[in-house]
Amino acid sequence: MFGALGFASPWLLFGLFALPLLWLLLRAVPPAPVRRRFPGVALLLGLKDDEQQSDKTPWWLLLLRMLAVAALIVGLAGPVLNPDARQTGRGPLLVVLDATWGSAPDWRGRMARLDAMLAEAGRAGRPVAVMPLSAPSEVGFAPAATVRESLPGVVPAAWPPLMDTVPLPEGDFDTWWLSDGLDHAGRADLAARLSERGTLSVYETPSNPMALLPASFDGGVVTVPVRRLSPGPELPVTVQAIGPDPAGVERVLADGIATFASGGTEAELQMELPAELRARVQRFVIEGVRSAAGVTLTDDRLQRREVALIDGGRNRETIDLLSPLHYLRQALEPSADLLDGPLDEIIPANPDVIILADVARLAPAEEEKLLEWVNNGGQLVRFAGPRLAASDVARDAEDPLLPVRLRAGGRSVGGAMSWGDPKALAPFPEDSPFAGLPVSEEVSVTAQVVAQPDPTLADRVIAALDDGTPLVTRKEQGDGQVILFHVTANAEWSSLPLSGLFVQMLERLSISSLTERPSAEQLVGTTWQPVQVLDGFGRLSNGDTLQGVAGEVLFDAPLGPDLRPGLYEGENRRLSRNVLDEDAVLRPAQWPANVRPQPLVAPAAKPLGGLLLGLAAALLLVDLLATLALGGRLRGAAATLAALMLIAPQDGRAQDDALPEITEEQILAASEVTLANILTGDQALDDLAFAAMRGLSDTLFDRTSVEPSEPRSVDIENDELSFYPLLYWPITPDQSRPSPQAYGKLNEYLRGGGMILFDTRDADTAALGASSRNAQVLRDLAAPLDIPGLEPVPSDHVLTRSFYLLQDFPGRYNSRDIWVEAAPEDAVQIEGMPFRDLNDGVTPVVIGGNDWASAWAVDERGYALRTIGRGYTGERQRELAYRFGVNLVMHVLTGNYKSDQVHVPALLDRLGQ
Amino acid sequence: MTDAASLRSRAEAVAAAYPPLLASAERLAANVQMGEHGRRRSGSGDAFWQYRPLVQGDEARLIDWRRSARGDEQFIKQREWEVAQSMLLWVDQAASMGFASSDGLTTKAERARLLGLAVAVLLVRGGERVALGASLPPRRGEAQLQRITAALTADRPEDFGAPDLTPMVPNSRALVISDFLGDLAPLREMLGKAVARGIRGTLYQILDPAEEEFPFRGRTIFESMAGGLKHETLQADALRDRYLQRLAERKAELHDLASASGWRVGLHHTNDASQSALLWLYEAVQGGV
Repeated sequence: MFGALGFASPWLLFGLFALPLLWLLLRAVPPAPVRRRFPGVALLLGLKDDEQQSDKTPWWLLLLRMLAVAALIVGLAGPVLNPDARQTGRGPLLVVLDATWGSAPDWRGRMARLDAMLAEAGRAGRPVAVMPLSAPSEVGFAPAATVRESLPGVVPAAWPPLMDTVPLPEGDFDTWWLSDGLDHAGRADLAARLSERGTLSVYETPSNPMALLPASFDGGVVTVPVRRLSPGPELPVTVQAIGPDPAGVERVLADGIATFASGGTEAELQMELPAELRARVQRFVIEGVRSAAGVTLTDDRLQRREVALIDGGRNRETIDLLSPLHYLRQALEPSADLLDGPLDEIIPANPDVIILADVARLAPAEEEKLLEWVNNGGQLVRFAGPRLAASDVARDAEDPLLPVRLRAGGRSVGGAMSWGDPKALAPFPEDSPFAGLPVSEEVSVTAQVVAQPDPTLADRVIAALDDGTPLVTRKEQGDGQVILFHVTANAEWSSLPLSGLFVQMLERLSISSLTERPSAEQLVGTTWQPVQVLDGFGRLSNGDTLQGVAGEVLFDAPLGPDLRPGLYEGENRRLSRNVLDEDAVLRPAQWPANVRPQPLVAPAAKPLGGLLLGLAAALLLVDLLATLALGGRLRGAAATLAALMLIAPQDGRAQDDALPEITEEQILAASEVTLANILTGDQALDDLAFAAMRGLSDTLFDRTSVEPSEPRSVDIENDELSFYPLLYWPITPDQSRPSPQAYGKLNEYLRGGGMILFDTRDADTAALGASSRNAQVLRDLAAPLDIPGLEPVPSDHVLTRSFYLLQDFPGRYNSRDIWVEAAPEDAVQIEGMPFRDLNDGVTPVVIGGNDWASAWAVDERGYALRTIGRGYTGERQRELAYRFGVNLVMHVLTGNYKSDQVHVPALLDRLGQ
Repeated sequence: MTDAASLRSRAEAVAAAYPPLLASAERLAANVQMGEHGRRRSGSGDAFWQYRPLVQGDEARLIDWRRSARGDEQFIKQREWEVAQSMLLWVDQAASMGFASSDGLTTKAERARLLGLAVAVLLVRGGERVALGASLPPRRGEAQLQRITAALTADRPEDFGAPDLTPMVPNSRALVISDFLGDLAPLREMLGKAVARGIRGTLYQILDPAEEEFPFRGRTIFESMAGGLKHETLQADALRDRYLQRLAERKAELHDLASASGWRVGLHHTNDASQSALLWLYEAVQGGV
């Protein structure tokens, strides 16, 4: 062993001494020669080398080979990182476990590790004892094998460890403390006590426990806070809401993701749950976390009861404070869902509670429905009032919808016209649901309805005045109950609705539900029976066999075996005690300075031999490449490698090619009709051609519905041609021959329906057939173009009538020598038709020499640039030139449309006959 | 690389920047042909040169009556004398020209063809007659350019080329483009014959940058492009100085040869722009006036 690095066969390392020998050997071998093709070899012939010694192998190549061999030797020696360290020590061994919910998620791993450690201790012959701190008890040391058998019985508890009451065994012993990493009270004291007896080793796992805090509900949104022990990377946590579905089967009703910010320990999930769903939620759990803290139970606090308020005097116009429902509304609004509306509409909605304020008589149908609703478990609360007092309801016989029979008229005390003082409340009886509530002295009653004395009356009174007359009475009716407040719901008859007691009484009657945890004072005198309790893994189990818990300790006492986290049931109400309460904070465990926690699971021994052998192989590969590079033979290999590496980038480029950049100008050219001239390289001619396009565009704009945009000059080498319907190409002898790519573009353009107007500009001196200089150049330029057979413009060509009727196509010169695509040979003139039925489509080229550019060219202000002919005759010729231009563009844009249209009169003519 | 159409279009692109080149004709005596070749003196041609008063001995039919009617004197209208010149072009197409030291560079042959054809295009545009080596006798016109282009795209198998201006049209001009790395004896012989026929011209040497710098190291076997010559060395970098010295000697020898025959010598590297090379050639062909 060398520190944390060990070797399986260390003697192999002596092979390293052979390295210097290898160095000498390798130096002696010269590198292979490079073959180069070099024309200057003729000048080298006969030159002799100065020294006969060849180039040495470069030192870095030698070093590379040395390293490779060294890695090989060390690798074969079998190095191992973190070889298995062995426990030391003798004597008895106490294993202390925190055994709380914090260690529950990785409990199985902990136990497996502990089992291995105990086996180790057993081999050393040490007696051991295991003590879970959440259930400390007297332990005695026993052989390790015995203790190991009892290990499966040790389970984590849902409450914190009870460190104050740990009974330590006699004598000196070493201690292993398997901590859950959480801060618990009394840890330092216990650590000190254990240290006095022997060596204390603390083991912690690097886990980061997570916990849910109790859910809260506000404004329709359920908020579930999530905490974790220590800051870490950003972590999303799925929180599930679990409860019975309508069929009663427990399932995940909703889930959501709370995300811990990077470095944060707090997260929060906000869920919007519909009321029906929310009422069914029984607990929230963190998905995948098996721990009691990963579960938070809900109770009535999350639920809202639906309360219907019905007012006897719906039509009365009263101010708010006199409204019988005002105080009820104020009291119930924060904690209940209130329903308003006529009774016959509300009953089908099946509210939990219906409150009738001073309603005396109901229609028989309504009464029947209401009774059925009460029998099915509804809770009917009635308030007295002048109407009820004046009516004869329940006067002679008991009304099923009133708990007691009433005397006529009621009574009034303490008023101006009566004897006696206003009455105060009597303390609540023990069996009353109000038991334990403090009796407020401020409450005074000045009027009430009075119950008929009755054998059953005493059982039905749940609150009374200090003179013994009932204030609140209640009776069971079917599965439901009927409650009567003998006073009004407003402050007319008593000050009860003005007091805080009123709200508490409504809560006790479960009319309103709790929004906050009730305080100990509020719970005094109540007893709560556990319904379901959590174990350390967060599993729910039946709590029927456990003892009830007094209300005052339910929330204030620390959790323990006698007060387990779970769901507790009281009268008409369920409350949950969770592992963590609302303001709980998770803190990491604090250990005394002399105790250093060790990781429970030691890093596994890691053999490094394969790694080093792989490194040696890689180095030898690099050596191979380097040798090839020195020998100049790497080009082929490198090219192959580079080609392989470049496949992806080349694909990317191909995509770029597929989508060339589109410029503003191209968009403009494509969106409007745009005429264009081809750049010839002769500046003056290009300017003239551009001016000609401008003149023709202006003419089209003025005279026809074709409204071209500003013309453009295109470079056939670089520009996209497909945007332009017509290209004007003046021929000059200086024109350089286009590249093959440009010819390809031109052919594509012509095939795609474009037209090129070739102009040799020499019709004054040469006929096209003759070999003028420009005609030769044109022939030369146009040879690679895909141009069909040509013929001189026939007199019935559509160019003669596509807009104007023309027979000549003059420019600066007036030659008839204009060539267009030849008509098909089978085109014959039908008798009676003025024209032949010529080819469809547009002639791809028009070739002439009339120098149209000079005739069309205008400057920016629209004045002609060149003089044509003389005087009026010349202007007439210019006009005809423009007309030719218009016809040409019309022909390009409309094809043989005019050729068809001109048939129409002839057809009509024949039909008429 | 040697596709005829693309070579032609690129050569025209290089030549496009220059006006048609009118090669000078030193000796008019034997080799006069009518052409668009202004001689700055009166003679037969198309362009107007001057009106000259009628002198004793002029024929009456030469009188320009339109001009003479304006005054009392008779005038004769003279035109500028125009002649055409022959140009003998030889471009080395041997294997040694196919060398390029890196992928980014063109081969020497590529550059030589381009420059040779560019000069030919300029000359033909100027109405000159151009010959290519022994294969194409001097002719004018577009068709000759086609033939030259086609002939220039062929490669030769041998290691080093020997210049051949066989028709040796007397009193013409010549342009020889090569790397001149092979044996200089054929060149010396050719120059001797050319001088005897009154041919003046230009030797244009094209070299790859690697041939100027000799950037080689280590144990190396150098081979000529066709594989005919071999030289092995153990330390190439030690040879560098002596190689450069021999190259300088070769250049000096070329200069001596040329100046002895009244020729000019130019040097071009393939990593330089071809436009500047054509500019030099343009001046060289004009410089003989």
